[in-house]
Amino acid sequence: MITTDICIVGAGPVGLFTVFEAGLLKMRCHLIDALPQVGGQLSEIYPQKPIYDIPGYPEVKAQELVDNLMKQIEPFDPSFTLGERVDYLAKQDDGSFVITTSDKTKVHAQVIVIAGGLGCFEPRKPVLENLESFEGKGITYMVKDPEQFRDKKVILAGGGDSALDWTIFLSDVAEKVTLVHRNETFRGAPDSAAKVFDMANNGKIDLILSSNLTKISGNGHLQSVSMKNKAKEEITVDTDYLIPLFGLSPKLGPIAEWGLNIDKNAIEVDTTDYSTNVERIYAVGDINTYENKLKLILCGFHEAALMCHSAFKYVYPDQKLSFKYTTVNGVNAF
Amino acid sequence: MVTFEVEDHDGNRQPIEAPDDMGLSLMEVLKASEYPVLATCGGMALCATCHVEVLQGKDGLGDATDPELDQLEGLPEMYDTSRLACQIRISDQLEGAVFKLRGEDQ
Ligand SMILES: Cc1cc2nc3c(=O)[nH]c(=O)nc-3n(C[C@H](O)[C@H](O)[C@H](O)COP(=O)(O)OP(=O)(O)OC[C@H]3O[C@@H](n4cnc5c(N)ncnc54)[C@H](O)[C@@H]3O)c2cc1C
Ligand code: FES
Repeated sequence: MITTDICIVGAGPVGLFTVFEAGLLKMRCHLIDALPQVGGQLSEIYPQKPIYDIPGYPEVKAQELVDNLMKQIEPFDPSFTLGERVDYLAKQDDGSFVITTSDKTKVHAQVIVIAGGLGCFEPRKPVLENLESFEGKGITYMVKDPEQFRDKKVILAGGGDSALDWTIFLSDVAEKVTLVHRNETFRGAPDSAAKVFDMANNGKIDLILSSNLTKISGNGHLQSVSMKNKAKEEITVDTDYLIPLFGLSPKLGPIAEWGLNIDKNAIEVDTTDYSTNVERIYAVGDINTYENKLKLILCGFHEAALMCHSAFKYVYPDQKLSFKYTTVNGVNAF
Repeated sequence: MVTFEVEDHDGNRQPIEAPDDMGLSLMEVLKASEYPVLATCGGMALCATCHVEVLQGKDGLGDATDPELDQLEGLPEMYDTSRLACQIRISDQLEGAVFKLRGEDQ
C-alpha cells in the first residue's frame, strides 16, 4: 500500500499545483489520474492552445504550462499512479482514508484532495454487442504498457493522431498490427498518415479503410473482430487485442457516490478552506462549486493554497502553522 | 426569429424558437433550452461533445470546416449528416431544420 500525507485525485493543473503548496508546508503528496499522462484538460483537450490569463505569463501554451508545473513541483518529489481511476474511498478509525483505484492500487492518506476537474476522462466506446464482457480480456482503450502487446495480434480502430501514433509504434512490437478506419484518408498529422500508408504498402501493417467495426467474438478472451465496408461486405480478422481509439469524454464517475454534497456535477465546498461536507476531504479546481465560482486555472491555484493551510492540522496535529512567505525559507525539498 | 426542431436521445421532438440576429451557435441555444449537451470546450471545436445529426435542412448549413471534421471523424459513430452544434450559427437558413442530439449525456 502506498502511504502519503495527501492523496490528490486528478493530476490536472490544479492537482499539480497543490503538490507545490503542500510541499512548502512539508506535506507529501501522491497523485492519481485516470489518464496515462498528467495535465488534465490542458494536455488532453487543448495542449497547443495559448493561455493568456496566467499571472506572469503574457502567453503560454497549455502543455508548456503543465511542463512548467511539473518542474515546479520536482523538489517535492510527488509520486504518481497514472492510467487508473479512483473508485473507492474508505474512512479508517483514526480519521484517515484508504483510496482504491480501478486497478486495485491502494493509497493510505491523512487527507484527500479531489482535483478531478470535469470528472474522469473516459474512453468513447464503439457500439458493439458484448463490448463490456471483453474489456480487460482483449479489449483495451489505452496503451499503458506497450510490452503487453509484444508478439501479439493487435487491431487498432480510429483515425486520429493516437490511432496513427500507436499503429506506428506497435508495428515494431506486435506480431501483427491492423488499423481499421472509417474513411479513406486520415485527418491526423500528415507525416504520421504518410508513414502509415507507407507501412501498409510495404506489408508491415494491414490497413482496412472505409470500414466500421461490427462484431467481436471470443471464448473468454477476444479472438476475432468483424468489420463491414461501405459496400456492406463483412470481413473477420483474428486477433488477440482490439484497441478502439475514439477519444475521451469527461464523466463525474465514482466521486458522485462518496457521500459528498453535489450540485450539478460539482462538489459543494466551504470557501474559507475549500473543505467538503466530509472532514479531511477537500475539493479544488473545476470540480468544486460555490457562489460566483469561476472555472479558471488561476482560481484553482488560489483554492489549492488555502486548502493546504487548512489540511496542515490533520497531517501535523501537534504543530502550529505560522504563515511565512516562500521567499523566507526558499523552496526546501524534503 | 427562426424555428427548428430538436430530437432528444429518447426520440422526442420539440420545436425551438431562437433569435437569428445574435450570432448564437446551435450549441448555445441547446444549452439555454436545457438540453443535456456537455460542450466541454465551450464551443471551440475541440471536444466533439456537442455532436448533432442534421436530419433535415442540411443544405442551409454550409460545409463543415477542417477542425470540425477532425473532431467528428475521431468519434466512434459519425454519420454523413453529423455536425458539431457549436459550429452551426443560428440564421434564418435553419428555418424548418431538424437536429438530433448525438453527443454524450451530461
Ligand atoms: C478549450 C478550453 C480552453 C480553456 N482555456 C482556459 C484559459 O485560457 N484559462 C484558464 O484559466 N482556464 C481555461 N480553461 C479551463 C481550464 O482548463 C480548467 O479550469 C482547468 O483545467 C481545471 O483544472 P483542474 O486541475 O481542476 O481539472 P482538469 O484539468 O479537468 O483535471 C482533472 C483531472 O482529474 C482526473 N480525474 C477526475 N476524476 C478522477 C478519478 N475518479 N480518478 C482518477 N482521475 C480522475 C481527470 O482525468 C483529469 O485529468 C479552458 C478549458 C478548455 C476546455
Ligand atoms: S462544444 Fe466542444 S466541440 Fe462543440
